Amino acid sequence: MDKIRNLSKTTKSNAITYGIVIVAFLVMQGLIAAHAVSHSLIGLLVPICAYICMAISLNLVVGISGELSLGHAGFMSVGAFSGLVAVSFFKGIVGAGPLCLLIAIVIAGVFAAVAGVLIGLPVMRLRGDYLAIVTLAFGEIIKNLLNNLYVGLDDHGLHFSMKSAEALGMQGGKILIEGPKGAVGIPQLSSFLAGFILILFTLFVVLNLINSRTGRAIMAVRDNRIAAESVGINVTKYRLIAFVVSAALAGMAGALYAMNFSSIAPKKFDFNTSILILVFVVLGGMGNIRGGIIAAALLTVLPEQLRFIGDYRMLIYAIVLIVVMIVTNNAKIQSVLGEFKERFRRRGDDKAAQAADAVEGGAKHE
Amino acid sequence: MSLEHISRRGFIKLTGVAAAGLGLSACGGSGSGSSSGSSAAGAIKIGGIGPITGATAIYGNATKFGAQVAVDKVNDSEGKTVFELNWQDDEGDAEKAVNAYNNLMDWGMQILVGTTTTTPCVAVADKTANDRIFQLTPSASSTDVTAGKDNVFQMCFTDPNQGEKSAEYIAKKKLGSKIAIIYNNSDAYSTGIYNGFSKAAPGLGLEIVSTQMFTDDSATDFSVQLNDAKSKGADLVFLPIYYTPASLILQQAKSMGFAPKFVGCDGMDGILTVEGFDTSLAEGLVLLTPFVASADDAETKGFVEAYKKLTGTSEDPNQFAADAYDCVLAIYAALKDSSVNASSSNADICAELLKTFGSGSYVYSGLTGKDMTWGSNGEVSKDPKGVVITNGKYESLD
Amino acid sequence: MGFLTNLINGISLGSVYAIIALGYTMVYGIAKMLNFAHGDVIMVGGYVCFFAMGSLGLPPLVGVLLAVIACTCLGIVVERLAYKPLREAPSLAVLITAIGVSYFLQNSALLLWGADPKAFASVVPFPSITLFNGQLTISSVTIATVLAAAIIMVALTLFTTKTKMGKAMRACSEDKGAAELMGINVNSTISMVFAIGSGLAAIAGVLLCSAYPTLVPTTGSMPGIKAFTAAVLGGIGSIPGAALGGVLLGVIEIFAKAYIGTQLADAIVFAVLIVVLLIRPAGLLGKEIREKV
Repeated sequence: MDKIRNLSKTTKSNAITYGIVIVAFLVMQGLIAAHAVSHSLIGLLVPICAYICMAISLNLVVGISGELSLGHAGFMSVGAFSGLVAVSFFKGIVGAGPLCLLIAIVIAGVFAAVAGVLIGLPVMRLRGDYLAIVTLAFGEIIKNLLNNLYVGLDDHGLHFSMKSAEALGMQGGKILIEGPKGAVGIPQLSSFLAGFILILFTLFVVLNLINSRTGRAIMAVRDNRIAAESVGINVTKYRLIAFVVSAALAGMAGALYAMNFSSIAPKKFDFNTSILILVFVVLGGMGNIRGGIIAAALLTVLPEQLRFIGDYRMLIYAIVLIVVMIVTNNAKIQSVLGEFKERFRRRGDDKAAQAADAVEGGAKHE
Repeated sequence: MSLEHISRRGFIKLTGVAAAGLGLSACGGSGSGSSSGSSAAGAIKIGGIGPITGATAIYGNATKFGAQVAVDKVNDSEGKTVFELNWQDDEGDAEKAVNAYNNLMDWGMQILVGTTTTTPCVAVADKTANDRIFQLTPSASSTDVTAGKDNVFQMCFTDPNQGEKSAEYIAKKKLGSKIAIIYNNSDAYSTGIYNGFSKAAPGLGLEIVSTQMFTDDSATDFSVQLNDAKSKGADLVFLPIYYTPASLILQQAKSMGFAPKFVGCDGMDGILTVEGFDTSLAEGLVLLTPFVASADDAETKGFVEAYKKLTGTSEDPNQFAADAYDCVLAIYAALKDSSVNASSSNADICAELLKTFGSGSYVYSGLTGKDMTWGSNGEVSKDPKGVVITNGKYESLD
Repeated sequence: MGFLTNLINGISLGSVYAIIALGYTMVYGIAKMLNFAHGDVIMVGGYVCFFAMGSLGLPPLVGVLLAVIACTCLGIVVERLAYKPLREAPSLAVLITAIGVSYFLQNSALLLWGADPKAFASVVPFPSITLFNGQLTISSVTIATVLAAAIIMVALTLFTTKTKMGKAMRACSEDKGAAELMGINVNSTISMVFAIGSGLAAIAGVLLCSAYPTLVPTTGSMPGIKAFTAAVLGGIGSIPGAALGGVLLGVIEIFAKAYIGTQLADAIVFAVLIVVLLIRPAGLLGKEIREKV
């Protein structure tokens, strides 16, 4: 009986998550069709989609697998630049259209997954803050390498160099990635629809993974590594699965992101971007996919809506961040909010809420 | 570290309220933004984009204030053309720059002065080319900014051009023959100049004996780079970098007793205005800059005074500010006798400005150059001024 | 001689990292939080000292003292307003709050003091020492920094092992619940740690700016991250570990630039960190904590 109820509850919860995304997409499309949306919001749609995918994928590592990763932007970067090269390469074969974008996103995912394996293998030997600092280090290494990467395309195919554009030995052709300048003249293939589909895909992968045997093993490792090990779960393997899947999804989001701007530099994917994604995840509630989606969307829109404040914009953003963290996490404020809530609630609901609170409390672990 | 669940109940509640608020304001913004150029004051709306927060805020703020000084000057002159400036922050980031651009479009921007830095500028230039907004950037110096776009023009030298000009200047003035270069390989501006310089130098009889790099993340200690230059016997160190790291290099070179000739580019301008800087460190420093704040002409003096008044500080404007000032005034000079006014569409204004800027025969003299002209590719043609720092002041080398 | 010069430069840079890392490690050891705003407290310390010396014309020592006082107060206020309400909250929530504080400090500095760089006059007004007929110069700031790092490390070690307050801190670090039962006021102990950490940040800020005299609102962020790296390298929570990690990181950074190449120096530094952590997963001097089953 309990099992069935639990199952239906997760299915219901997943359906709500999909529903929110689909409804939000349809509403936005309707508003755009009715010309009721500002330029600035339309311009934000693709970045929001990319950040939502990033938040969902990081949630897999931070929330579901329980590892603090501070280098997630590195995978986004790998995906962005490998996707760019792929677009330039396949543009001539399949034309600059949705198919080209699809190929680029897939290739970006593959490259990011490879980077995920390469980084994940050593990283998974570590735990806690040591793991966090190593992911930070890898993020910085990726940025530093990309700052020195030159890629060109001519009739002879792709050329790579770690020195300079001249060292590519190009005969005509086009330089695709030029060190710190990054890439320019990117075909803008990304669209809100593409972003929407990628969010659905990311959600599908992550939610299915969470609700599978593998996902339960990953969460078992998070909740109690030693207990999980003692029942025969291969700890490193499951941690690695979560890490690599997350990296691949981040790479795909990176490709989507890069194809929305006509220029992109390696500098963009630095520590601050990693932190930004982490903020989405933490604000949305760790392990709470839906919360992460909402947080990513809101926190991308917020600084833009604060533009009227001018110079004080980022200061207000910082204060909002601090206040929201305190309000959502301080026990006293929460209990005051809870009392407030009770007044407006019928008795029957009250019990359910208490039960839910108890479950939530129980989910906390040391 | 243990990662626990964070209460989501409170968060979702909060986000709900915030979402409602943002949704409302988003819709409100769209209503006022759609009709461009209906400003009651009859001012032409000039948008500006540049970093006013973040690590590159110095340059964005300089361009912002420089442009504002020019706009005030235009409006005080009581001609029939009046400007209104709206400057938006991009934090030096392409994504934020596009956001800022869209925000300005909602406001009803008709002309864009910006963006200040290169990568964001390339991203925005694509948008302006589509939307037919005339764009004049004060300081985004990569050739990619203007490439393939007929509506984008630069007020600054392009990076490779500046590299070549610097090499020519060093060779012509015989400033040195064994050259060491220290550049920032995480920065497009610095790498661009370096590439131009290293290509041109061998043909001019200059020998590059040491090439050393640093990144934004390691821009504190330059002892290794300087030691390499010293041990290779360099008599001239070329610094195609901004003045903030350069001031550190000069100080560290002095403390290790290394005294070659230092040569910088336009990014070096401003080093004397750094508050608390020991100007004796910069003694003998040669830099190629289009603008000199201590120049004696009335235009420069008036600009410096107005700039200080506007910012409320005693610091002299640097060349970024002067470039932005020239941008606004060059646009004003091209527009003031034309038929366009505040109710013209941005496409009409763009077409009108292309008639002058794109003609190849438009000549403008401003703070950053006499008789500047623009090629059809959008690049400016002007002569750099070589200056040497003597007794804490710029002195012309020409 | 080149090697010796590089070594000295490395130790000089490393000592600055070490002082910052000591602040990081103190706070982490007791409050178990990564205080990402630490780097920005350094920046504030730098600015306070700059204005005390520059605008008010006070002697360097007074400037340093004022910076320490200002930063200590700042640390206490930030702790009271932003971190204390989150004492029971998950550690990541506190981490994000610290990032919020970091943004807040950076943007406040930008609004208060502008984006233009300030050139910091050294607080150590002595001439450099020249050895071996001018082949080797050691600046007085280098000596002061190395000495300061050593003194602070020893003082902190003595403080945590000998004094009552220090012992209380170690007790909190080991087991907060048990410490409370022993009559230790955990809350005020943690506040005290923040005060000490921020005071150290001020000293680090002044020395950082003396050695590398440019001051902008983002001055603290990169050294902050590097020092955090150094603290982990040495074993986070360990006082000698932070000092060792800092010095090592500085030396590695300079040597990587000198002997491998300036192009990829950052990548090399971080690669060394990764290799060290793979061999010693808890850092050089960190304690391997056996997990209880």
